[in-house]
Amino acid sequence: MLLRYIFFRALMLIPVSISISVVIFMIVHLIPGDPIDNLIRVGSSPSDRAALVVKYGLDQSIFVQYFRWVGAMFHGDFGTAIVLRRPVADLIAQNLPYSLTLGAFAFAFSSIVGIILGTISATTRSKVVQQFVRGFILLGSTVPGFWLALLMILFFAVQLQWFPVSGARGWDSLVLPVLTIGFGGVALVARVTRVALLDVRREDFVVLLHAKGLSSAAILFRHLLPHAMLPVVTILALRIGWILGGAVTVEFVFARPGLGSLLIRALGQRDYPVVQGSLLMLALAVMLGTLIGDVAQAMMDPRIREAKT
Amino acid sequence: MTSTTGVASRAMAGFGKSALGRAFGSWLGKIAGGFLILLLLMAIFAPWITPFDYAAQDLMNGNTPPAWPHLLGTDRFGRDVLSRVIYGARTSLSVSATAIAISVSVGMTLGAAAGYFGGLFERVVMTVVDLTWSFPDILIALIFVAIIGPGLTSTMFAIAIAYLAQFTRLTRAQIVQLKRETFIEATINLGARPSHILLRHLLPNAIAPVIVVGMLAIGDGIVLEATLGFFGLGAQPPTPSWGAMMSSGTAQLFLSPWVIIFPGVVVAVTVVAVNLFGDELIRALDIRDRIRGA
Repeated sequence: MLLRYIFFRALMLIPVSISISVVIFMIVHLIPGDPIDNLIRVGSSPSDRAALVVKYGLDQSIFVQYFRWVGAMFHGDFGTAIVLRRPVADLIAQNLPYSLTLGAFAFAFSSIVGIILGTISATTRSKVVQQFVRGFILLGSTVPGFWLALLMILFFAVQLQWFPVSGARGWDSLVLPVLTIGFGGVALVARVTRVALLDVRREDFVVLLHAKGLSSAAILFRHLLPHAMLPVVTILALRIGWILGGAVTVEFVFARPGLGSLLIRALGQRDYPVVQGSLLMLALAVMLGTLIGDVAQAMMDPRIREAKT
Repeated sequence: MTSTTGVASRAMAGFGKSALGRAFGSWLGKIAGGFLILLLLMAIFAPWITPFDYAAQDLMNGNTPPAWPHLLGTDRFGRDVLSRVIYGARTSLSVSATAIAISVSVGMTLGAAAGYFGGLFERVVMTVVDLTWSFPDILIALIFVAIIGPGLTSTMFAIAIAYLAQFTRLTRAQIVQLKRETFIEATINLGARPSHILLRHLLPNAIAPVIVVGMLAIGDGIVLEATLGFFGLGAQPPTPSWGAMMSSGTAQLFLSPWVIIFPGVVVAVTVVAVNLFGDELIRALDIRDRIRGA
């Protein structure tokens, strides 16, 4: 049953990735002006231009162009960067590991700390702790990531000099970026955990567990938390992309290599092959992340895998 | 047949009288709402209350720390940070509010149609909407910047599309629920046309949560606008924008941190105020379950 669900869910990726690749493909054709003007280096001769038209197949129909573009990508050919003059595939291969590391750490940090914080705030009787967590959740879900990153740099890197200001050398350079992305992620997970726990606690079976004399700790860990994890996994599955999106912003501020900073730099330079390649990779990462989240959810909740297959 | 605007304004009138008053009832609502009103007034009356011209450069007095007469200091061109922050409120609020207004109207139309007519149309709309929902707002924004080019227009489009999903989902969920109510069945049996049922009965009953979520989304829009501005992909110089101010400040991060700190504080406080006030509104209208259900 689960395998069936995974199969059909993975099948959904096909139409989704086709529509996304069409949107990203169309970028070059939708920007005002001739696509060649956006691809060509300043000062090229007309014959260079004609050569480029043929090279990119712009004399062909738009459908042929699309299938050529997609076909080339299956062979690992993402085109050549205009400004950096290197194959886009190389640039992506160089930057992708940094983004994946950052994303994975930020995701783990958000989930673990968020669940702990949410559990504490739902179970504590202390008003001070509750207010503190509430304030943290509010700040975490509202403060802009890039500004938080700048404050982190000012305080921890410049004032206290605990961590490097920027770059990606060594593990200590990961701390501030992960904390920055994590701040928002923790707030999200903590909020959902808290609400879920408070909801489950009202159920009849919990009253029964108390009545039969089970200790509060055992109820929390054996019964409440497993139940409450369902909405938490749902929101994590839905928002996995948003944590990756946080990485885009934060990479740029910390001047870390990565898909996000590659993309933002390329957008500023109007380097469209790089823009297309990195957007596509980021979109793919979001889709795969959402897929993993959905499968995790289906593994936990039989109702989902029954309903959707 | 009543026009859509007529229905909307009547629904808003009922919405405004009681709920807004109750939202201002708590001290948290008073502080947050008060701040937002103050910010709005600042944005409107910017030319009359700014101590300096926001674009006037004074290179001799660049990077001066906060002190009289430059209360929040100056940037590297000697421009008054306070004046630029006040003018930045104009950019941020108008861009975000316009974008969200577009997003709410489109989202409500799509959601209402999907919820009311159902079938294949509903499935297609909801699949597309859910797809945009799984993508981070910043990624959607960057796709728009790639197509339209940097600037406030693409920022506005980006905000409108990035948050469209919430409004569509929320409207659809409510319409689907309302459709099952007896009074709607009765109206259908009386022979009312779909447009009449939608505009007179379904939408007015569904509008309050959408408006409140829209208000909350204005906060998210402000952050997105600032982020794009920070990347240099949103408001272009000399337009004063909170994000762009911080971006130009990064070069002097160590020398003059106030250029970054103050616009950021304003963004953060604004968004926190929007969220707190929105929360008070949700409580006052008692629509938390309706919002969570979507």
